[in-house]
Amino acid sequence: MGSFWKKIADGMKKTRAVFTANLQQVFQRGGALDEAFYEELEEVLLTADVGVETTQALLERMKALARERGVSEAAEARELMRAAAAEVLARASAAGPRAAAASTNAAAGAGAAAAATNAAAAAEPRVILVVGVNGVGKTTSIGKLAWRQTRQGLKTLVVAADTYRAAALEQLAVWAERAGADLIRSQSGADAAAVAYDGVRAAMSRGAQVVIVDTAGRLQTNRNLMAELTKIHRVLGKALPGAPHEVLLVLDATVGQNALSQVASFREAAAVDGILLAKLDGSARGGVILAIADRLGTPVRYVGLGEGIEDLADFDADDFARALLEPLGAGGE
Amino acid sequence: MFEALAGRLEQTFSRLRGRGKLTPENIRETLREVRRALLEADVHYAVARDFVRDVEQRAIGAEVLRSLTPGQQLIKAVHDALVELLGGQTAQLAHSHEIPTRLVLVGLQGSGKTTTAAKVAALVKKRGRIPLLAAGDVRRPAAIDQLQRLGVQTGVQVHAEPGEADAAAVASRGWDQARRAGVDYYIVDTAGRLQIDEEMMQELERVCAAVRPHQILLVVDGLTGQEAVAVSEAFHRRLALGGAILTKMEGDARGGAALSIRAATGVPILFVGTGEGLGAIEPFHPPGMASRILGMGDVLALAERAQGAVDLEEAEALRRRLERDEFNLEHFLRQMKEVRKMGPLEEVLKLIPGLGGKLAQVPIDGRDMARVEAIVLSMTPGERRRPEILNGSRRKRVARGSGTTVQEVNRLLRDFAEMRRMFGRMRKGGKLPGLLRGR
Repeated sequence: MGSFWKKIADGMKKTRAVFTANLQQVFQRGGALDEAFYEELEEVLLTADVGVETTQALLERMKALARERGVSEAAEARELMRAAAAEVLARASAAGPRAAAASTNAAAGAGAAAAATNAAAAAEPRVILVVGVNGVGKTTSIGKLAWRQTRQGLKTLVVAADTYRAAALEQLAVWAERAGADLIRSQSGADAAAVAYDGVRAAMSRGAQVVIVDTAGRLQTNRNLMAELTKIHRVLGKALPGAPHEVLLVLDATVGQNALSQVASFREAAAVDGILLAKLDGSARGGVILAIADRLGTPVRYVGLGEGIEDLADFDADDFARALLEPLGAGGE
Repeated sequence: MFEALAGRLEQTFSRLRGRGKLTPENIRETLREVRRALLEADVHYAVARDFVRDVEQRAIGAEVLRSLTPGQQLIKAVHDALVELLGGQTAQLAHSHEIPTRLVLVGLQGSGKTTTAAKVAALVKKRGRIPLLAAGDVRRPAAIDQLQRLGVQTGVQVHAEPGEADAAAVASRGWDQARRAGVDYYIVDTAGRLQIDEEMMQELERVCAAVRPHQILLVVDGLTGQEAVAVSEAFHRRLALGGAILTKMEGDARGGAALSIRAATGVPILFVGTGEGLGAIEPFHPPGMASRILGMGDVLALAERAQGAVDLEEAEALRRRLERDEFNLEHFLRQMKEVRKMGPLEEVLKLIPGLGGKLAQVPIDGRDMARVEAIVLSMTPGERRRPEILNGSRRKRVARGSGTTVQEVNRLLRDFAEMRRMFGRMRKGGKLPGLLRGR
């Protein structure tokens, strides 16, 4: 098994028990795949924030799979549910245009390869723009992302374009230092797009290989702030044609159906092409990413699993579906 | 806040409206839609289920009132049940005879505790009491900095001990300082924590033991999904919460978390956070919120804002002018300033019954208003009093003066004329909008 499963299992073990106990009951009560069974399964999915529409879609898909494979026992149904969930997630990953290039593989050796590729691509840094609503964990996630890069020997620069929140810069500075990344800072209240531009230019002249741009948290309904984000995105492209190479939307794992609105709006404003699902170490299951994958097709790239700098894992659709549905200790480790 | 849910229910009810009779079948059909709407609004599964069951019983058992159509009656039953679930009465911030009144804010990471602490302090100050904030978040990098800066912005003193790792000790010494300073409210910010993190929850218990708060307030992200129940239950079990504050409610979150928290713990929601500004906090009004859920608009919240912001004499004078058809651009300018005091225009308009949903697509923002203001300010007092004298060359001058275009000036004048005609009609109908009538 990949380290993703292990991490997610460790991270979620504290209270996943409740959820998996419910699931266990559902799957282990035996009997046929009848309406009562599907109703119970529906409850489990709805309480995991999967949402009404996608829950229905998953149940339909599961019923179809059951017919195809001739499964009629509730006890065998878990594999069908896992398959249905993984299907939805995999579809989104495949749809993501930069899926292969963007996701930094966690497997040993891939880091060095990535570094080599990057070095070959001359002095042009890879620019990652990080966006999201307030309080989802952008700054912490950036610390973890930066550490991943520096750990691979990549010269990394973090740009503090959150010029709004009081003390945002100080918080980011602490994380950048922990990660061993350089920090480009500016005055509080400065123009965020100008800071982003300067940051990328500075990164190019310093020969940085990766630039991570932090932005202020903003609700997706705030048109002015969303327009500012569009401007930041545009200006990054002016500083370095082709930038940003990756735009990550950070979602809080406790978020409900509003996440759909967040993804849609941030995608429109800043061409978000991947999600970082933070705070998955809590009791929240983050089931809404299934709804996002199903209805919007935006894939998850990373998951945040704690407050430590190393608590960030690559997202793996199969493993996530397993983690969501399988009891602890049965992960085949 | 709840526009989307309101829209959903409205759609459902509009199908019922025409019908003369409410059968158990169409009650059930409607309530299935209600349940779906609640779930999409992030109301917890069990809460939605119980709610629908409750309403179904009320609806089926209820006598048909002569004054209402069956459809209206079901709407009323849904509304009543929502009000009840949301808490009926408006809950208050604690105020103790023992000085200072002590509040502790708790919650998950990123729920908005630090900003909310500053907002509560600003609110207390606005009510004429003296608050003191304590920086009890000793974990998050720069959390102390953040609170200190917010303290400066709001003019509230902050007790902080950078470098001290014991949150309970900070809170306790802050209380000493609060006593010495003789403040009315002592408000403790704490670190965000997962409700399942035993060590951190124990720290919180130590903080509360040290401060013996009169009210422990759970700060909950308004965007929260099904987790709202597990989170609020866990904090409530350990700390006996006195209230909850729902944040980030200026967005399009349907805010089902409010219903979930209330149903799961019985803890009242005291406030909702409605923006990034430090004044953006409002009392939670269950009846208003329920009306809003049902697409009736939140009249109470609007009234409250208007009361806080509008000069009553000014409003009365305006009403008289409107009745005498003397409303000109001078008055318009003054009125615009009044409205602006109530908060961002989008927010104010959303509260007006029947407008909320329709405005979602219309881009209105403060900047449009600023342009309008600039145009009016570029006119001479004579022009403002008698806009009809604005000929072509005057309009050109006004456009140059305000940095706009003649087209924009024309549009404003057209809109203004239209508005006057509208007031004229209302005058004849004998009804001015409540907002403009002095309260």
